[in-house]
Amino acid sequence: MTRTDPTPTIAPSETQQAMLELRHLNKTFSPSVVPVKDLSLSVKRGEFLTLLGPSGCGKSTVLRMIAGLEQPTKGQVLIQGEDVTHKPPGDRNISMVFQSYALYPHMTVADNIASALKLRKIPEEEVRQRLREVSHFLGLEALMERKPSKLSGGQRQRVAVARALVRRPSVFLLDEPLSNLDALLRENVRAELKQLFESQQAPVVYVTHDQTEAMTLSTKVAVLNDGNLQQLDAPHQIYAEPANQFVAGFVGSPQMNFLTLPCEAGAARLGDRSFPLPPPLSHARQVILGIRPEHVRRAQPGDTYTFEGKIFLVENLGMHYLVSVHIQATQQTTYTLRLLLPSDATWEGDSLQIALPPETIHWFDAETGSAVRQ
Amino acid sequence: MTSNSAPARPPVTHKIDVIVQRDRQIGWMLTIPALLLLIAVFAYPIGLAVWQSFITKNLGTELQPQFSGIQNYIRMAQDGRFWQSLWNSVVFTTLSIIIEFLLGLGIALVLNQAFRGRNIVRTIAILPWALPTALIALAWTWIFNDQFGVVNDLLLRLRIIDSGINWLGNPTLAMVAVIIADVWKTTPFISILLLAGLQSIPDDLYEAHRIDGANAWQSFWQITLPLLLPQVVIALVFRFAQAFGIFDLIAVMTGGGPGGATEMVSLYIYSTVMRYLDFGYGSALVVVTFLLLVLAVAIAAYLLSRVRGSAQATDAR
Amino acid sequence: MTTQPLDRTPSPSKPSISWKQWALPLSVGLIVVFCLAPALWQLLTSFKTNEAIAAIPTVYFPSEFTLEHYQELFERRPFFNYMLNSFVVATLSTVLALGLGSPAAYALARLRLQGESILVGAILVVTLFPPILLFLGLLNVVQALNLGNNYLSLILPYAAINLPLTILVMRSFFQQLPRDLEDSAKVDGYSTVGLLLNIVLPLTLPALATTGILAFITAWNEFIFALTFITAEPMKTIPVAASQLGGASIFEVPFGPIAAATVLGTLPLVLLVLFFQRQIIRGLTSGAVKG
Ligand SMILES: Nc1ncnc2c1ncn2[C@@H]1O[C@H](COP(=O)(O)OP(=O)(O)OP(=O)(O)O)[C@@H](O)[C@H]1O
Ligand SMILES: [Mg+2]
Repeated sequence: MTRTDPTPTIAPSETQQAMLELRHLNKTFSPSVVPVKDLSLSVKRGEFLTLLGPSGCGKSTVLRMIAGLEQPTKGQVLIQGEDVTHKPPGDRNISMVFQSYALYPHMTVADNIASALKLRKIPEEEVRQRLREVSHFLGLEALMERKPSKLSGGQRQRVAVARALVRRPSVFLLDEPLSNLDALLRENVRAELKQLFESQQAPVVYVTHDQTEAMTLSTKVAVLNDGNLQQLDAPHQIYAEPANQFVAGFVGSPQMNFLTLPCEAGAARLGDRSFPLPPPLSHARQVILGIRPEHVRRAQPGDTYTFEGKIFLVENLGMHYLVSVHIQATQQTTYTLRLLLPSDATWEGDSLQIALPPETIHWFDAETGSAVRQ
Repeated sequence: MTSNSAPARPPVTHKIDVIVQRDRQIGWMLTIPALLLLIAVFAYPIGLAVWQSFITKNLGTELQPQFSGIQNYIRMAQDGRFWQSLWNSVVFTTLSIIIEFLLGLGIALVLNQAFRGRNIVRTIAILPWALPTALIALAWTWIFNDQFGVVNDLLLRLRIIDSGINWLGNPTLAMVAVIIADVWKTTPFISILLLAGLQSIPDDLYEAHRIDGANAWQSFWQITLPLLLPQVVIALVFRFAQAFGIFDLIAVMTGGGPGGATEMVSLYIYSTVMRYLDFGYGSALVVVTFLLLVLAVAIAAYLLSRVRGSAQATDAR
Repeated sequence: MTTQPLDRTPSPSKPSISWKQWALPLSVGLIVVFCLAPALWQLLTSFKTNEAIAAIPTVYFPSEFTLEHYQELFERRPFFNYMLNSFVVATLSTVLALGLGSPAAYALARLRLQGESILVGAILVVTLFPPILLFLGLLNVVQALNLGNNYLSLILPYAAINLPLTILVMRSFFQQLPRDLEDSAKVDGYSTVGLLLNIVLPLTLPALATTGILAFITAWNEFIFALTFITAEPMKTIPVAASQLGGASIFEVPFGPIAAATVLGTLPLVLLVLFFQRQIIRGLTSGAVKG
């Protein structure tokens, strides 16, 4: 599987030790259930790594192996250079926020937050001090004596975060911490989380299947599918240079258009136009053209790759129209393409002249699905 | 797949899952005390009975064990009192659970309706189940008393009879009396289970069915009963085992009388052991009763698995 | 059920409305009479004078009430002792059943034991064993260990006959506990024992109460072991003592004291049912159905 080089923004400095390192992690529950096949990556101080992938792709399993709740079948987990693969969760100095928050229902908010500190025999004075700080930081002062059942969903989420922060761990682990909030609250809390963890030194490993969260929060995104790492990159790279068709289709909304085109003589044909292919694909019989709906334009004078599209569906997304068109390539073949038009756009009839700007096109190997650079 | 941070070493394989292993160790430590007690109280007595059933140990042998092969079983085959008690148990069990089931289903259906005071009525409806059988037996003995019993009094007042009946002194009527007492005591158990089953049937099924044009009677046969079937089988299996082993109710009400007319297998076992001190033969009786029970439960479990299977198929649809 | 079920009668024009109007209250009334009448009759008898008890025709509304039968039980017989015996035996055996059963239930719910489903199946089957099949073997043990007329000979078997239900009910409860809670406690640094005591146990209290009530009822009601293993008069439990109440002769059955004994022996359970109706139903149904 190919992957792109790390971008300059997260260039690893040689002196900086990885806070968390996974080496060839594999989890085999049974011969047919292998949610994690072979995963290696490392996370450094101040980094915010998101594990992004569809439901059931093994994200939680990875997180649980880092936490020590599940033992890897193969591979190692290192925290601050130390192999902790066989250490129980309590001895790893990690803290974890669960999707359900997992607040102890019989304890007050204060006891919930302090329980891990008390177990570590931290002096009472310091526990109180840290509780004060974290409750001030998250605005929980008024709630400290309540039981979790008397809190709103957003408040519970905050308590769960406070319980993680107060530990001052080596690594923060968060498993879909926003998925139980309603859409509006989720946006606010997402912004809060971003600020909050930017102020922390310890790296964050964040699990989500929501690409918006991944794009907005992270410094690095690891896209997982089918037990394998598909791409590990900065968010903008994941969007701009997806390593393969899976990543290209999974990240970005509305989804990227994929057209499977026939090739001849190092060029792909779409109707009466032919696109020159990058050299690695020059002998391919077929190739997949990928273009995001936001990159498809209405044709303007001077555009080379223009086509006539027959509109068959218009969806109003508020800011944009999402227009679906058919392109008649040959007598037998039509392609479907979706494009975004601004909400003030107008057109007549059901036909639209569209252009595919060549610099926005992604090429994928039809057999392996991996991206081939221009 | 490679990564810049991962060295090219082969992955470390962990032969044993330490977490699972530790869980298991702790798990067995938590389970074993309970298992030991269960073995001592359930497995050991059955095992002992199997062994003792092949020996003779009674007053004739001065309570010394003597190996006697299948002598006890041969004796059992020819023992009219045993067959009579087995027949009594079968009659008692069959009639009891049929009546209890019909009555319990009716009560569950009523309690599943909405009416004021439903909670109080539900509480009242489980009361008989909670009360000590031996004491309930005393109450029913008094109710069926031939001289002062309230049943005779009511029947006399209604002019159904014109002189008091000796309920517990007549072979057939004694059986009727103990069945009535048992039905009173254990119908609540069935209604509780069936009520829980009824409550788990979603209302929209009935609504959909009604939109299809079905009436209440058809809904009962086509929705309620099929979806209730698992609970029905479970309740009947439990009740079967309890009724087949019934002891205290009969021991207190009739003591097996009159003339053995209500002597169940359990009472025969008890007197064989405690009155005649015939341990070998008593053990053989225990073994046979146990096997009959296992056989019946195995059949029921088989039925249950088929019922569950078809219930799941219904869900899938 | 959170919402009131809809009235399922199809349309108001049908005559079935009037049918329904009286059928439901009538059947509810019949159920109440059916369930209460025998118990209430015994209660009434216990307060009747001996003359009223032996009156023919039967007296339904006695003109005078008496406590003499209760007095007889407490003054001429050790009935207070019997109740205390029942209470001690039932309580201790319940505690033992919960103490042994809930850890096992937790292990069977969570700790991935080998052969877990076989164990659970065996435990389910064991709930079907009637005590009559066990008393002979247990008598052997009791004699061998010289436990006759020792409450251990009741406490241990009672705990054991309550174990299967305890394990099944508690296991289904533990399976419903969110697993995240335990994982979170592990990350916080609780040891397994600490986790059980500090996190799981407090959440378990309602379920323990449910199972405990069922176990207490079973133990209080048990007859055959109590009859066989305890023969010393002052050590007997209520069901056995009450069933053995006799008069000076066969012709002098003490109906009044028997009725009073029935009332005394059932009263604690009536109170339990009144206060814990919900828990009892929950326990019974989850024990029987979930397994
Ligand atoms: N203890 C287990 N035993 C067997 N299989 C398991 C176990 N835990 C998880 N799995 C399986 O491993 C796969 C990955 O599960 P995981 O929870 O890691 O997915 P996920 O990416 O977190 O999905 P989601 O987004 O739905 O949370 C699933 O197919 C799941 O059924
Ligand atoms: Mg998950």
